[in-house]
Amino acid sequence: MRDLSRRRLLTGSGAVLGAGLLGGCDAPALSHLASPYDWSNGLTFAVQRWLLARQPLVREFDRSRISAVFPTINTTDPDDPAYKRSRDVAFADWTLPVTGLVERPGAFSLADLKAMPARTQVTLHSCEQGWSAIGEWTGVPLAHLLAHVGLKPQARFIVIRSVDGWWDSYDLFDALHPQTILAYGMNGGSLPVKHGAPVRLRVERQLGYKSLKYIAAIEAVERVDGYGKGRGSMVAELGFPWYAGI
Amino acid sequence: MTERTPRRTVFRHRAWVRLTHWLNAAAFGALVVSGIAILLALPRLFWGETGANDAPAALVLPLPVNLEQTGWGRNLHFLAAWILVLNGGLYLLLSLLGGHLRRDLLPDRDQLAPGHLAREIADHARLRPPKGREALRYNALQKFAYLAVILGLFPLMVLTGLTMSPGVTAAFPELFTLFGGRQSARTLHFVFACLLVLFLLVHVAQVFVGGAVNLTRAMITGRLAVPPDTPEPPDA
Repeated sequence: MRDLSRRRLLTGSGAVLGAGLLGGCDAPALSHLASPYDWSNGLTFAVQRWLLARQPLVREFDRSRISAVFPTINTTDPDDPAYKRSRDVAFADWTLPVTGLVERPGAFSLADLKAMPARTQVTLHSCEQGWSAIGEWTGVPLAHLLAHVGLKPQARFIVIRSVDGWWDSYDLFDALHPQTILAYGMNGGSLPVKHGAPVRLRVERQLGYKSLKYIAAIEAVERVDGYGKGRGSMVAELGFPWYAGI
Repeated sequence: MTERTPRRTVFRHRAWVRLTHWLNAAAFGALVVSGIAILLALPRLFWGETGANDAPAALVLPLPVNLEQTGWGRNLHFLAAWILVLNGGLYLLLSLLGGHLRRDLLPDRDQLAPGHLAREIADHARLRPPKGREALRYNALQKFAYLAVILGLFPLMVLTGLTMSPGVTAAFPELFTLFGGRQSARTLHFVFACLLVLFLLVHVAQVFVGGAVNLTRAMITGRLAVPPDTPEPPDA
């Protein structure tokens, strides 16, 4: 078992792990060590990356555990004319551009995503505010979409933008994790508008604020310095760490 | 001996004990303040895995709701937590290797005698601090309290805190089993924090009972002026 998993690490997911570790020092969690908080948050990132080096999955629950109450915070109905038009036609005209350091950039409709291999997972969502809730998410693994467009070797981060102006970035260690999915379904139905329709991200090993709602664009990049204030995410500019594993 | 004799001073606390004590005190203070800031975002406690504003709570705390304090609160909490964990780990290591734990913190055999314990309880009840030779070691009740905090409450605080981390629990899902779920861990984190604050209050009160200036100076400089032995009161 030990040998098997080690071999798998060296071959199958070796590229992912390598990218994760190599990308480590470029990661926004370690590239700006100015304040004491940068150091402590960087230490948290480094230690958790070490603990998660074997890429374990988070717990998945039985459907019977799905929470009756699943709060929604921040944007719950984007005030964007194009979004509202799209919402009114059940997102039939919605497309998701995937650009940047990829071999075959493209734009994918909701139907395109649903035609791809799907993953369904019942997981615990943990919010930095303290609440947690269990939900079932169905979607296409981000790793599959990125393999579909062909990630270039120099791509190290995935920048994701939301309709409401939020944006965040993920290194390949998290972006290619099997439970990192672009979810279009929740609890057996379509993803509700208040939960980020038509498609939201699920990054299960971090706090809820990394699981962006209302996904609008995906871009593969080598560095994230040039985005926003160079801190890797919009929330990092508001004082919330780019890495939210605790 | 006359009353003019200067009080004897002894070297009571080693430098690493004093240093780790005050670092821990600073980190703990920062953790309490930032912990309250984080708690204000959801001053409700739950049992099990899940919990939210509209979900049934086990306990609703009489605190104002404030969603705006978690940014600095969380940053300070985890900075202070790292200091507490690294400092506490070093303290435990040195205590085990250097004999501090065995020599100074584990109760001596004579301290465990029922008669001795009964007298200590009576002395505590009368707020009568130890004198002479007894002031050169911790009393048994004090040792029990220190051991409970060092080996019990602080490790439990760290573990319940880590049970709220989606990253750490991905690596160690056993933590959820240990504490009965993420929200149970959050509730226990609060309960243990209250017990630590209670310990702090008693600890500081005891410093005043035993002589605040002398005891605080001893924890800063290491040197303690030994309170002279007084004759036993007739009723003892």
